[in-house]
Amino acid sequence: MTSSRKSTLLHFGVLALLVVLFFVLPPYHAGNLSRIMVLAIYAMGYNLLFGYTGLLSLGHAMFFAAGMYGFGLTLNLGGWPVPLAFVAGVICAGALALVIGLLALRTAGVAFMIVTLMFAQTGYLVVLYFGTYTRGDEGFVIQQAQRMLGGIDLTSETGRYVTALILFAICFLGLARLVQTPFGRTLVAIRENEERTRMLGYDAGSHKLRALILSGAVSGVAGAAYALLFGYVGATFATVQYSIFPLLWVLLGGAGTTIGPLIGVFFMFYLIDTSSTYTNAYMLIAGVVLVLLTVFAPQGLAGELRKRVFKWLP
Amino acid sequence: MEFGPHLMLASLEGAVIAAILSLTAMGLSIVFGVMRVVNVAHGEFFMLGAVLAWYVTSALGGHPALGFVAALLIVPVLVAAIAATADRLILKRIDYDADRTIVGTIGILYIIQQTTLMTFGPDARPVEAPFNTRLSLPWFEFGENGFAMFWPWGLSTTSYKLFVIAAAVVILLGLWMVITRTKIGLVMRATQQDSEMAQAFGVPVGTVYSLVFGLGAGLAALGAVLVVPIQQAHYLMGHDPLLLSFIVVIIGGLGSLPGTIVAAILIGMSDGIISVFFSPTIAKIIATLLVAMVLVFRPQGLLGKTAP
Amino acid sequence: MAAVSILETRGLTKAYGGVLANSDVNFKLAKGKVTALIGPNGAGKSTFVGMVSGRTEATSGQVFFEGKDISHLPAHKRMQLGLAYTFQITSIFPGLSVHENVALAARRKLGKDRKALEAKVQAVLTRVGIADRADQIAGDLSYGHQRILEIAMGLAQDPHVFILDEPTQGLADSEVDDFIKLVRSLAGETTILLIEHNMKVVMETADFITVLDQGMVLAEGTPAEIHANADVQAAYLGSTPHA
Repeated sequence: MTSSRKSTLLHFGVLALLVVLFFVLPPYHAGNLSRIMVLAIYAMGYNLLFGYTGLLSLGHAMFFAAGMYGFGLTLNLGGWPVPLAFVAGVICAGALALVIGLLALRTAGVAFMIVTLMFAQTGYLVVLYFGTYTRGDEGFVIQQAQRMLGGIDLTSETGRYVTALILFAICFLGLARLVQTPFGRTLVAIRENEERTRMLGYDAGSHKLRALILSGAVSGVAGAAYALLFGYVGATFATVQYSIFPLLWVLLGGAGTTIGPLIGVFFMFYLIDTSSTYTNAYMLIAGVVLVLLTVFAPQGLAGELRKRVFKWLP
Repeated sequence: MEFGPHLMLASLEGAVIAAILSLTAMGLSIVFGVMRVVNVAHGEFFMLGAVLAWYVTSALGGHPALGFVAALLIVPVLVAAIAATADRLILKRIDYDADRTIVGTIGILYIIQQTTLMTFGPDARPVEAPFNTRLSLPWFEFGENGFAMFWPWGLSTTSYKLFVIAAAVVILLGLWMVITRTKIGLVMRATQQDSEMAQAFGVPVGTVYSLVFGLGAGLAALGAVLVVPIQQAHYLMGHDPLLLSFIVVIIGGLGSLPGTIVAAILIGMSDGIISVFFSPTIAKIIATLLVAMVLVFRPQGLLGKTAP
Repeated sequence: MAAVSILETRGLTKAYGGVLANSDVNFKLAKGKVTALIGPNGAGKSTFVGMVSGRTEATSGQVFFEGKDISHLPAHKRMQLGLAYTFQITSIFPGLSVHENVALAARRKLGKDRKALEAKVQAVLTRVGIADRADQIAGDLSYGHQRILEIAMGLAQDPHVFILDEPTQGLADSEVDDFIKLVRSLAGETTILLIEHNMKVVMETADFITVLDQGMVLAEGTPAEIHANADVQAAYLGSTPHA
């Protein structure tokens, strides 16, 4: 079987598994899986920039929050219908990524990390400052009645799961396809050796900007989806912690792989879920995992699998 | 209070912030200057300093000055040792690779922070200052009798705050002397210039790195011990110093020690003044945006030599 | 020389602070021929080529390519116009396969046509002799093979001008012979600008030689003319040889 055949099988297999799990799992875990799928969209958006293009951003929470607030505010304050509000959220995130990209991509390496961190921090503070509209750290709730699409209640267990799965599938398959295209391959080339890529005639700057915009937009999809499906918008999602999470997920699952983000979110979610029954210091797990990963397994779970066993893993 | 005295009060508060900030930021700057790594856990070493100071002063009891002096001597060394161990166990293993160090130090951040949460708890706990007399400050006005001083109500500071400012100056001077006059300082500067060359000359670069990393953390902890009688110890108190130290080091220029001091004074003073006259949120927004813009358009900072 | 110039520089200068790495270089590259750029260490060869390729910004002067002024174009745009460049210190994609390395080079032009791309990659790999290593990770190759891979990446772009910066450095003698054969086989297909220290390679491949010394053009001509040139001998040996 060719590599691309195996890849297609793998991707559709994962989706099929997610469908099956819905019927098999008890409601608590099915609910978790909805949340995991939405956060996996965020992780996949981050993976495009970090795993494939090689740019480590420490500020992606601003794109997630842009999607979340773009959706929540147009819905609540503007009275927009759900689909339109959702698109507004994604566009907000993408537009923000464009602006940030034009500035931040003038730097590289450590400077890029710090610049993205600072811009995200500014974003968080701005959300707090306009607390009259955003309700700051406290956040605001989106009523169940508003979260309907064409008569279907999106807040039911089924509604949530199906919506999350559809959005996840679109992003999952879309991004898996993208990284096989010339554009995607060029991003990998930039990650491997940017100067060489330039000297082969590729406009590296333009590629990086497009990658950042797409990455931001996908993160915005996750933010808007989170608000839509779980009914809450708050400034916590704009904090540094929510910028560290996707890095953690992608590193754990395997940067630069298509299934890595989902695996990373899944593992981390359950690690934290289990440990938070014992202590409120559950982020300690995150810290230990980060250190162990970066010292012993920087490739992450899927990455190590790809290195040692399944060389064809996309 | 009128504008003049209000400004003076804000300036004094700013001066205290600047004093602590210069110590903390100096720690971050030295580590980057010599080792070329960004320590995201820097704020947590600051927090450890405050928390451990609380433990020391609580354990010793008696007159607060006793506990305070003990904390001042023991805590920075203890925190430095913890940092040096982290360097040996983790950073050395990943060969100080830029990406992995950032990730690794983020991990260390959470480990330190959450362990403190589990042991010290989520509450803020005060530490008593060794001495704390309130000092009223004079202001001037031109009255019918010519130039006269008066003491506006509310315009005061404490003897301890003045001590903090003085202590910071003394410590920085001492640090400057160590770096420029002693053999250890020479070794550090040599390793900063060219670590491979230094190694070829027999400098134990690995040990120097551990020492420097420890020194950076120790300076932050020292600043925290000084500030904890004013501020209280809390497991999340590392966040703001980390951000502010970043801002200072980047604006002052990574690897430039005089730049760090100038920037610390600038940032500390303006943070204090803007916070008093406007809102603290605005002050922080301006500061974070400023550092991003400096990195984008003038990466060497105001006085720095190398871009990060 | 009555040959057509495909590349030309006028007054190309590079100053680093007070030091002139290149000074007022007027250079014409003959189309379809192999021109070698030689000179003692520090003569400014790599800086000159850096300015031609766009890696280094010129302090003053102009670069013309196929009649167009490309002096202010960034490097990637110059590559798009038909320039190809191999680095003095091999610069490939060590984490990717040999196949993907060449595919990346060819994909910019042939990205839309999978079949044509694949055919190109196979053809180029076969031509340089590493087709059997297509699936190997480029970083695992020997240094000599990595250099050959880099040349393959250049060829995959079907360049009009192919700039090779010290391509035989670090190669074994047999590999150098293979390289000479390869360059000779490219005669007429493309124009080659070769920076070289290996005089054997220069003498056996070059149609023309330009000699740089201290940032300036010292001499230009056929290999025979250069061989007999006293100034060139002085620059290399430090004194005029006795007859």
